[in-house]
Amino acid sequence: MLNYFQRLGASTLSVLERLGRASIFFANILLSIPSVLIRPRLLFSQMYSVGVLSFSLIVISGLFVGMVLALQGFYTLSDFGAEGMLGVMVAASLVRELGPVVAALLFAGRAGSALTAEIGLMKATEQLSGMEMMAVDPVARIVAPRFLAGLISMPILATIFSAVGIMGGYFIGVGLLGIDEGGYWSQMQAKIDFNIDIINGLIKSVVFGWVVTWIAVFEGHDAIPTSDGVSRATTRTVVHSAFAILALDFILTALMFGDI
Amino acid sequence: MNELIEDSILIKVRDVHFSRGSKLIFDGVDMDIQRGKVTAIMGPSGTGKTTLLKIIGGQLRPSQGSVEVDGSNIHAIRHKELYQLRKKMGMLFQSGALLTDITVFDNVAFPLREHTNLPESMIRSLVLMKLQAVGLRGAFNLMPSELSGGMARRVALARAISLDPMMIMYDEPFTGQDPISMGVLVQLIRLLNDALSLTSIVVSHDVRETCAIADFVYLVSDGKVVGSGTPEELAESDSEWAQQFLLGMPDGPVPFHYSAKPYVQDLIEH
Ligand SMILES: Nc1ncnc2c1ncn2[C@@H]1O[C@H](COP(=O)(O)OP(=O)(O)OP(=O)(O)O)[C@@H](O)[C@H]1O
Ligand SMILES: [Mg+2]
Repeated sequence: MLNYFQRLGASTLSVLERLGRASIFFANILLSIPSVLIRPRLLFSQMYSVGVLSFSLIVISGLFVGMVLALQGFYTLSDFGAEGMLGVMVAASLVRELGPVVAALLFAGRAGSALTAEIGLMKATEQLSGMEMMAVDPVARIVAPRFLAGLISMPILATIFSAVGIMGGYFIGVGLLGIDEGGYWSQMQAKIDFNIDIINGLIKSVVFGWVVTWIAVFEGHDAIPTSDGVSRATTRTVVHSAFAILALDFILTALMFGDI
Repeated sequence: MNELIEDSILIKVRDVHFSRGSKLIFDGVDMDIQRGKVTAIMGPSGTGKTTLLKIIGGQLRPSQGSVEVDGSNIHAIRHKELYQLRKKMGMLFQSGALLTDITVFDNVAFPLREHTNLPESMIRSLVLMKLQAVGLRGAFNLMPSELSGGMARRVALARAISLDPMMIMYDEPFTGQDPISMGVLVQLIRLLNDALSLTSIVVSHDVRETCAIADFVYLVSDGKVVGSGTPEELAESDSEWAQQFLLGMPDGPVPFHYSAKPYVQDLIEH
C-alpha cells in the first residue's frame, strides 16, 4: 500500500517536472519569436512543410466527414420532416466541433509526429549540439519557426476542413438525397452565427494548433537522442495531442456554448 | 609551466568535476591550453574526452570547478556572451553533425549566412576556399547522406573554420580516414593552426599521428589527468600510464573493461 502511494507520488512528480520543463521551453520559444519574424523566409518554408503538406489530407477527410454527416443527418431529420435543416446541421457540427477537432487530430498525426521525429533526429545526430557550438540557437533557428508555422496553419486547415465538409454535405444532401438547394444555403446563412459559431470555432482551432505544436516540438527537443527515444517521443506526441485536444475541446465547449 | 606568462594560456580548466547520474566522470581535472599551440587530449574510450570538449564549449556544466576561455568563465557568463564567444570557437564533432537537409555547400555556408551579411558571391568564394582546403570542393553539391563518414568529417572541418575562429576543438578527427586523407588531415590541422594562428585541441586515440603534430599532450584516465608533457617527454617518462597508452599495451593501470563485477560471478549468477 505504501509502495503504491510512493509510486503514485513519484509519477506525479515526474509529470509535474515534465510540465515545468515544457513551460520553460515554451517561454524560450516565445522569446525567440521576434527573431523569426525578422527572417520570415524560415517561417514560410516551415508553413509549407507543416501546413501545405497537410492540405490534401485535410481536404479529403473534410469531404468525407461532410458527406457522412449529411447522410446520417438526413435520416434523423427526415423523421421529423426537417430535412430543410440539413445545411444548418452539417455546418454547425463542422464549424463548432468537427472542423477544429478532427482537423487537429489529423494535424497531430500528420504534422505533429513529423515535427517531433525531425527535431528528435536532429538532436540524436548532434545537429542541434553542432548548431549551438556554431553560436546558432536551435530554439530560435529550428523550433520557433516550426512552432509559429503550426500555430498559423492549424486555424487555416480547420477552416478548409469545415468549408470542404459543407461542400460534401451539399453534394450528398442536394445532389443525392434531393433536398432543396436554396434551403440548404439560406437556412445555413440564417442560423449560423458569426460570433457564436465561427469565431468560437476559430478560437478552438487556434488553441488546438498551439497545444499540438507545443507538444510536438517539446517532445522532439526533449527526446532521448537514440532511435528508440525518438520513436517513443513521436508516439507520445500523437497520444498526448489527442488527449489534449479532446480535453480542451470539452472545456472550451463548456465555456463557449454551456449556457446557450 | 610556471615560467609562462598567464596571457599565453587561452583555456584554463580548473578542478573540474562532472558526473553522469551516479557515475563520476571527472574528479578534479586541471588543464592549460596554450595559445597558438596544438594540444592533444588522449585517453581510453569512454573516459569523457567528448564530455570535456562539451564542458569547454559551455554545453555541459561541471558540478564543481571552472573553465575559463579567453578570460571569461564560460559557465558564468550570460547567454548572449556565451554565443559571442562560441563564434570564435570551432568544434568538430565526432559524428560530423552536418545538417542533413541541406547540401555540403550550404552546410559550410551556414555559419557565414547566420552570422554575417556578406554578399552571396563572397560567401561562395569563402565556402569554395574552405572546401578546397579539405579537398572536397568537387563535392559541394552532394547531400550529407551521400558522403562517407570520413568525408562528412572533413566537410565538418571546413564548416568549423568558415568563421575563422580563434580555436578549434577536434573530436576524433582521424577515425574513418584512409591513410592518405589521414596524412592530409594531420598536416592540415598543423597547417591551419600555424597559418591562421589558431589554437587547436585534438582529441584522439591515434597516438602516432597525434603525437606527430601535438605540442603538448594530456593523458586522461579515470576522471583525472594521469600524465602531461610534450610528446617527447611522455615517450621518455617512466609513468606506467603513459607507457601503456602510448605503446598500446592491453595490461597496465588502464583497464580494458568498463567497470563491472567479477566476470566469473556474473557468469554463475543465473
Ligand atoms: N548522454 C549521456 N548520458 C549518460 N552517460 C553518458 C552520456 N554521454 C556519455 N556518457 C558516459 O560518459 C562517459 C564519457 O563519455 P564520452 O563520450 O565523453 O567518452 P569519450 O572519452 O569521448 O569516448 P570515445 O573515445 O569512445 O569517444 C562514458 O562512460 C559514457 O558512458
Ligand atoms: Mg568521444
